[in-house]
Amino acid sequence: MSPHPSPPRVPAPEAPAGPPGQADGAAPRAPAGGAPKPPARPGLSLLCTVSAAVLLLSVVVAIGLGPAVITPDATTRYLWAALTGGSVDAAEATAYQIVWEIRTPRVLLAALVGAGLSAVGVAIQALVRNALADPFVLGVSSGASVGAVGVTVTGGLAALGVHAVSAGAFAGALAASVLVYAASATRGALSPLRLVLTGVALSLGFQAVMSVIIYYASDTDATGMVLYWTMGGFGAASWGALPVVTAVVLAGLVLLHRQGRALDLLSLGDETAASLGVDPDRRRKALLVLVSLLTGVMVAVSGAIAFVGLVMPHLVRMLVGATHARVLAVAPLVGAVFMVWADLASRTLVAPRELPLGAITALVGVPVFITLLRRRAYMFGGR
Amino acid sequence: MDLRLDRLTVVTDGRSLVHELSLEVAEGQVVGLVGPNGSGKSTALRCVYRALRPTRGTVRVNDDDLTRLTPRRSARLVAAMTQDGSVDLDFTVEEVVALGRAPHLRGNQALGRAERDLCRETMERLGIHHLARRGILTLSGGERQRVLLARALVQEPKVLVLDEPTNHLDVRHQIELLRLLRGAGPAVLVVLHDLNLAAAACDRIGVLSQGRLVTAGTPEQVLTTDLVADVFGVRATVVPHPLTGDPQLLYSLDPSR
Repeated sequence: MSPHPSPPRVPAPEAPAGPPGQADGAAPRAPAGGAPKPPARPGLSLLCTVSAAVLLLSVVVAIGLGPAVITPDATTRYLWAALTGGSVDAAEATAYQIVWEIRTPRVLLAALVGAGLSAVGVAIQALVRNALADPFVLGVSSGASVGAVGVTVTGGLAALGVHAVSAGAFAGALAASVLVYAASATRGALSPLRLVLTGVALSLGFQAVMSVIIYYASDTDATGMVLYWTMGGFGAASWGALPVVTAVVLAGLVLLHRQGRALDLLSLGDETAASLGVDPDRRRKALLVLVSLLTGVMVAVSGAIAFVGLVMPHLVRMLVGATHARVLAVAPLVGAVFMVWADLASRTLVAPRELPLGAITALVGVPVFITLLRRRAYMFGGR
Repeated sequence: MDLRLDRLTVVTDGRSLVHELSLEVAEGQVVGLVGPNGSGKSTALRCVYRALRPTRGTVRVNDDDLTRLTPRRSARLVAAMTQDGSVDLDFTVEEVVALGRAPHLRGNQALGRAERDLCRETMERLGIHHLARRGILTLSGGERQRVLLARALVQEPKVLVLDEPTNHLDVRHQIELLRLLRGAGPAVLVVLHDLNLAAAACDRIGVLSQGRLVTAGTPEQVLTTDLVADVFGVRATVVPHPLTGDPQLLYSLDPSR
C-alpha cells in the first residue's frame, strides 16, 4: 500500500565484539550462540477453531446436564428440531421443553456474557493501563445494583413489566458510568489513573446507598435482589431478552476487535499513541462509551459476575501474547467456555439449590490464575 | 522536507510554558534543543508530535500545518521517541517495531511484505534483530531505546523528534544512539541535557530558557562561557575538542574558579 522510495538511511552502529545485547551487562542473558527461546505461540486460527469447537461441545453438553440428564445425542436432536421446525415424539415433549425453553436460553446467555465480559476486560485493562482493572472497575456493577434494587423497592418502571428490574439495572449502570466520567474528566481529558480511582470511590458510594435502601426497605425481596446482583447468575434467563443481548454483545465484540491496534497503541501510553496517529483522549472516550454500554447490558441480564473479566484477559495473553487483535479474537471464546461450565456447576453441584455464580467463578479461577502467574514468565506492569 | 516552528506558544493555566518559539530544522540536519529543567523543551516537542495543541503559532512540515492534519496523517510525517517509553504489556520486540507502521495501515490491517522487510532491515541496522522474539519488558535500557528508535524509523517519517533519548543510557549507548541520528535521513530535533554530547552530535543548537529561545546557531556560536553562565547559572570553561574541534565544556566544582 505505502511505497518505500527511500527507507531511512541509518548507518550501522559499529559492531561491538559479540552480540550487542550482551555488552549491556544487565541481568543474566541467554548464553552466547543460543538465541533466547521465544515462548511458543500456537497459530491463531488453530486456537480459534479449537476453542470454537470446544465451545459448541460445551454448550450441547451443558444443555443436556441438570436434574434431568439428557444425552448429547438427544440434545442435538431437540435443538435441530427446534431450529429447523422439525417434530419430536410426544413422549419426548417434556425433555424437549426442558432443553429448548429452559436450558438453551440459559446456556446461550452464559456463553454470551462470558464472551462479552472477557473482551471488555481486555479492552478496559488497556484503556486504563491497569492490570487489576475489570469491567466493573468504573462503578458499573454497583450502579446497576442500585438501579435494580431501587426499581424493586419503589415499584418504578412498572410499565416495563418483567423487564423493569433489568431496565433499572441498565439505567443504573449507565448513570454510574456517566457520573464516573464526569467526576474524573479534567479539561476534557480522561486520565487513566483518575478514572480508576474515581470508579473505586463511587463504587463504595453506591454500595452505601444500596445498604441504606435495604436497611429501610426491610423487604426480603430487596435483600435477595442485592445478593443476586452482586454475585450474578443466569437463573432469570429466557428467550425474551436474548435477542437484544446477542445483538449488543456480538456487535460489541466485533467493534472491540476492530480497535485492536488502537488498543495496542493506547497501552503504550498517551504520548506514544499520539505520535503514532491515535488521539488518545478521543479514542479512549469512544471506547469507554462502548465498553460501558456492553457492560451495562450484561449486568442488567446477569448481575455482576466477578473475576471472569479480570482473569480471562491475563490467561489469554499468556497464550497468544499481548497484541490486542489476537487477544480479542481468542478471549471471547475462552471466556464463553469458562462461563458455560461455571454456570453448569452453579446449577448442578447442590441441586435443586443454586450456588451463587460469582462464588464459583472466583473459587475456580483464583487458584488457576495464581498458579499460572507463578509458573509462566508472564509480565504485566513490569517485573 | 524540513520542520519549521513558527512563533509557537503554549499557555497552560495562564502560565506561558513556551513563548513565541521559532526554529527551523532542514532535511538531514540534527538540531539540538537544550536548556535548564522546566525551560519548555519537552513542551515544544510535544507540539511537534501532536501530544499537545499549541495555544498560538504553527508547526509546519514543509508547507503542511500539522494541527490541520488528522493525527494519522501527521504521524506519517513526524515520528517521536518520547519519554513515556514505559510499557505495561509484554509485547515482543518485533511487535513493538511493527506498531511503527500503524499510521500507514487501516485498523488491524496486517503488514505487507515490503513493510515486514523494512522492519527486519531496520532492526538489523540497529543491531536488535536477535531480540525480535524477546519480550520488551525483559530488555535492558540500551536495548529498549534502540527498539523505540527502530519503531520511530519504520514510521518512515520526514521529521524525527526525540525527548532526551540518552536518558538512563551508559556512555557507549549514548554515543551509539547519537551516531545513529547523524545521517538518519529525516530532519531531527532532539532534546539533550548533556551539552558536550549536544555539541558533538548536532549541526545546530537552540537554547531555551523560561520558554523563550535565547539563541540558536552552530555549537561554536552558541556554547560560550557567557551563555552557559546566563542560562544554566554554571561557570564553564569552553575548549575545542582536540580531535574534532567541537566545543566542549569543562566544569569545576570549586565555586571560586
